[in-house]
Amino acid sequence: MKILVCISNVPDTTSKINFTGDNKEFDKNGVQFVINPWDEYALTRAIELKEAKGGNVTVLNVGEADAEPNIRKALAIGADDAIRVNAHPKDAFFVAQQIAAVAKEGGYDMILMGKESIDYNGSQVHGMVGELLGIPSVVPAFKLDMVNDNTARLEREIEGGKEVVEVQLPFVASAQQPMSEPRIPNMRGIMTARTKPLKVVEPVGNEAKTAYTSFSKPEKKGGVRMIDAENAGELITLLRNEAKVL
Amino acid sequence: MSVLVLVEGFNGEIKKSSLEAASYGSQVAQTLGTTATALAIGEVHDDALAKLGEQGISRVLYDNDPRLNNFVTEAYVKVIAKAAAQENSKVIIFSNTNIGAAVGARLAVRLNGSLATNVTQLPQINGSSFTVTRGVFSGKAFADVELTSDVKIIAVKKNSIEITSQGGTATVEKFSAELTDADFAAAPKETVMQDTDGGVLLPEAEIVVSGGRGLKGPENWHLIEELAKELGAATACSKPVADIGWRPHHEHVGQTGITVSPNLYIAIGISGAIQHLAGVNSSKVIVVINKDPEAPFFKAADYGIVGDALEVVPKLIEAAKALDK
Ligand SMILES: Cc1cc2nc3c(=O)[nH]c(=O)nc-3n(C[C@H](O)[C@H](O)[C@H](O)COP(=O)(O)OP(=O)(O)OC[C@H]3O[C@@H](n4cnc5c(N)ncnc54)[C@H](O)[C@@H]3O)c2cc1C
Ligand SMILES: Cc1cc2nc3c(=O)[nH]c(=O)nc-3n(C[C@H](O)[C@H](O)[C@H](O)COP(=O)(O)OP(=O)(O)OC[C@H]3O[C@@H](n4cnc5c(N)ncnc54)[C@H](O)[C@@H]3O)c2cc1C
Repeated sequence: MKILVCISNVPDTTSKINFTGDNKEFDKNGVQFVINPWDEYALTRAIELKEAKGGNVTVLNVGEADAEPNIRKALAIGADDAIRVNAHPKDAFFVAQQIAAVAKEGGYDMILMGKESIDYNGSQVHGMVGELLGIPSVVPAFKLDMVNDNTARLEREIEGGKEVVEVQLPFVASAQQPMSEPRIPNMRGIMTARTKPLKVVEPVGNEAKTAYTSFSKPEKKGGVRMIDAENAGELITLLRNEAKVL
Repeated sequence: MSVLVLVEGFNGEIKKSSLEAASYGSQVAQTLGTTATALAIGEVHDDALAKLGEQGISRVLYDNDPRLNNFVTEAYVKVIAKAAAQENSKVIIFSNTNIGAAVGARLAVRLNGSLATNVTQLPQINGSSFTVTRGVFSGKAFADVELTSDVKIIAVKKNSIEITSQGGTATVEKFSAELTDADFAAAPKETVMQDTDGGVLLPEAEIVVSGGRGLKGPENWHLIEELAKELGAATACSKPVADIGWRPHHEHVGQTGITVSPNLYIAIGISGAIQHLAGVNSSKVIVVINKDPEAPFFKAADYGIVGDALEVVPKLIEAAKALDK
């Protein structure tokens, strides 16, 4: 089975978010980048499936060379090879186009992604790739198993419940927990990752459908009003009369 | 052309998040000098449909194909695309639900349109430029994004748009996309709804009562549940609480869980790690109850109580019971 896992390269979850150049650009200064946490669920599940059934796991990133340490990390966790589409990803559609082109070329059985990229919070690349390739997209899934060589069974979240779906290969799915337990690379993984193939390819097309014009930050909170634990009940009165939320 | 709004039903009623989308859609229509049409799918009562007039919707297209009562991505995309073609809609509005996200992206590609999800404000429209504001970096920032294609698809973040009520009645028209069995090939084998015990769905909730590791164990969760019941709230938890199995995973909020933006979020025995805040920081009012006065969550709070949850929460339940509702 050939599995393609798409990873985005995002600011560490603890990063302070700032903007430069008249609030037109994200300030990368001092920011640590990590594999998008949701994508780790997809990556580990892909590796588990490969371990159980045999096959190959390719990781794919659409991004510039500064994403390579995290691509190597994905190889250290257990992917077999990697592809980087050498481009500044302009928006979700641009990224989806690149992923679809790589997927078409590689003939993958399954394309796994994260539920959402935690930088631009779009939650849309998976659906776009599914549509571009004309194959089903199952989002967001928290369970993925093979029923037989051609069919996968997934559980996806809907508001207030879940759906169990069976789809024929190939398909796209996005992962959320508890699909798998993300792994930390071990020493052997880190050593072998250095020599695993990482292919750099040039982008197809240059089309974006949106233009980011500026950024802003939410207003700061006015400060916290403390209530004595002895009179905890007063909180409820304040929530009704002052905050007017009850 | 009219602005098209997708509305989702739940137990025969229209979801609150869809009423927000309808309010958004009709305001956009007004700015563009046109009308707003809603497309309803699934089981919704007729009077609930007509009442969308209150949100400024003039017509409701209703596809009551029972096969659509379950969510099936391909079938939904087809119905919406057909309605958009019939109405010649250039602006399509969803709510940012799991359904909205799943169909919005496919629809954007099919209609060659621009898609913006997680949108928090009405658009700025200047001549041919159409710009929306959306939440990015997990609640830590907003971005202004211009939608440059002819067709614009917008998924509105929950609880960020006021529900308008202008008191009108919408006309309800039958609509059929004439779907075939092939459109339902990926229909779910099974749909399991959570037993909310008549309670409130977390993603739709206006009030959320959430517990962390400070609650000490699942045996103390009745406190969270009782307070939630008194306030008409949904319950939630921090990630470690779901990981150790005190609570189900679908209750876990935060960076790697679900994002909530209720009017009131009450955090009990939760330290306020940045990854937890990422899922709750757009809540309008935040209350923190923690025995440690140095807990980082207090920095993000509007109201705080330093104390032992096991002693404080019973007092809150008592006070909530005394409220006239
Ligand atoms: C203004 C702007 C500036 C940007 N600057 C940078 C930058 O400096 N460096 C950089 O690396 N990226 C940059 N990006 C790209 C960004 O990280 C995302 O890849 C892209 O915007 C898609 O975001 P989304 O939130 O819509 O993705 P979602 O739809 O939320 O992503 C869903 C899933 O798609 C997959 N996916 C998403 N993006 C990629 C990708 N790029 N490669 C492979 N798989 C992916 C992942 O599995 C992810 O979990 C920028 C984007 C914008 C809009
Ligand atoms: C990549 C990544 C993603 C993550 N995603 C998420 C996420 O989505 N959601 C999430 O929640 N976390 C997430 N985390 C974990 C996060 O960093 C914290 O570890 C977690 O939120 C802590 O949960 P907690 O506050 O319940 O527990 P703790 O940090 O153990 O805090 C317990 C709190 O309870 C207080 N307390 C103890 N006893 C009492 C008492 N009797 N009465 C009142 N207060 C009491 C303590 O003072 C303390 O502040 C993520 C971490 C990483 C690295």
